[in-house]
Amino acid sequence: MEPIFKNEAAPQHRLVLVLFFSVALIFFDHQLGTFDTFRGYLQSVVSPLQYIANTPKQIMTWASDNLMSRRLLIEENQQYKIEELKFKQQLQELTILKQENKRLRTLLTSPVRPNIKKMVAEIISVNNDPYSLQVVINRGTNDGVYEGQPIIDDQGIVGQILHVGTNSSRVLLITDLSHALPVRIQRNGVRLIATGSGRLDRLTHNFVPHSTDIHTGDLLVTSGLGGKFPEDYPVAKVLSVTQDESRPFAHVISEPVAQLDRLRYLLLLWPLKQHSIFSSKPTHKKVSKIVPKGNKKPFKKKSKQGSNNAL
Amino acid sequence: MLSNKGVMILFTLLLALMLTIMPMAIKVNAFRPDWVLIVMVYWSMALPNKVNIFTAWIMGFIIDVLLGSVLGVHAAAMAMVVYISAANYQKIRNFSLWQQALIVGVLSALYHLLTFWMEHFLTKVPFLMSYLYPVITSLVVWPWAFLLLRKIRRHFGIK
Repeated sequence: MEPIFKNEAAPQHRLVLVLFFSVALIFFDHQLGTFDTFRGYLQSVVSPLQYIANTPKQIMTWASDNLMSRRLLIEENQQYKIEELKFKQQLQELTILKQENKRLRTLLTSPVRPNIKKMVAEIISVNNDPYSLQVVINRGTNDGVYEGQPIIDDQGIVGQILHVGTNSSRVLLITDLSHALPVRIQRNGVRLIATGSGRLDRLTHNFVPHSTDIHTGDLLVTSGLGGKFPEDYPVAKVLSVTQDESRPFAHVISEPVAQLDRLRYLLLLWPLKQHSIFSSKPTHKKVSKIVPKGNKKPFKKKSKQGSNNAL
Repeated sequence: MLSNKGVMILFTLLLALMLTIMPMAIKVNAFRPDWVLIVMVYWSMALPNKVNIFTAWIMGFIIDVLLGSVLGVHAAAMAMVVYISAANYQKIRNFSLWQQALIVGVLSALYHLLTFWMEHFLTKVPFLMSYLYPVITSLVVWPWAFLLLRKIRRHFGIK
């Protein structure tokens, strides 16, 4: 028989204790970011749950893939054939352009653009927390995924990796409130910051002067300035520009080109560090490596002064 | 809680977690009932000696990890809501099914407002009415969930 009176902590005391825990957690996680690696472990612990929760959806997609009618399949096949023809033609152009670009870059003595590594990932769960826009993908540290890695789909930039588990990781979408990325207008190269709005289909741009040359329909591409995203991938199309002179800045809204509400397959990128023609050339590094350790510092100072003079 | 047949409690909680993260069409996603909250309220009301605020806090913590929100936000909200239901379990037990549903609606609204306040304090998210849509569905789902969970409790004789 259960005792009626138990010698247990009162619920109020428990609540106070638990709330104290929560406040401490929130403080350490949000303000100090001490749990970044710990969250990676937690992510791997809960990933089986996510995989199981995803199975009904996978069964549905499997069924819809397998129960297609013959006519539909033939139609789809035809469509793909036509598209392939188009892409192959474009590929021929691209190889010519690549070679030409390589030649021109060698003429300018700037490093040749390397091919970057890519990997396809599938979404296993979409976040249903209304406060943050995230998705979970089926790749983790086992596949070499790292925190802050850029992710695209067939249209444009989708987001970046937030937490990495062993076989799943979390992607922060570009429209999340806490996300911002440096972009530029493809037409004229004006730089902007694309800040997430918390809505899936909206990006806002703060601190855009009224005199900026920006119009509805302009394509915004990554500028590669933050060092996280590779250069020149499409991000968004400008939806509206309101130039109200009574406000200090123009009000610019854009829509991501990647369809963030119907993502399925994503592409992970491993961008390489690009050397622009203005940064110190890789040959310098080689020299500094040869120089013995004791002499390293003075040499560096000299080279800095040299570059200052040049500027 | 892990002892004989207490495993069933864990099983229902796991199922609720799974339903919380199951992918759904984007239009109905905003209306997803608070499965974990419903199950937690039921067990804290039916077996307050087995399921208490600590359980609620851990479930909230798991939700935080699953949803990728700041750790501790859902944990704190869940603990507060379950504190209310656990402190008044004798009263709530005696209400009719629909009165209980109303109370669950209120608890769910409190849960969402608490998480919103904390998130707003941290990241300045704007308030949208859609944050409170789950209140309606939780209210509607409660009677069926209650009957099902009571059946589970009686069938397995969980005390």
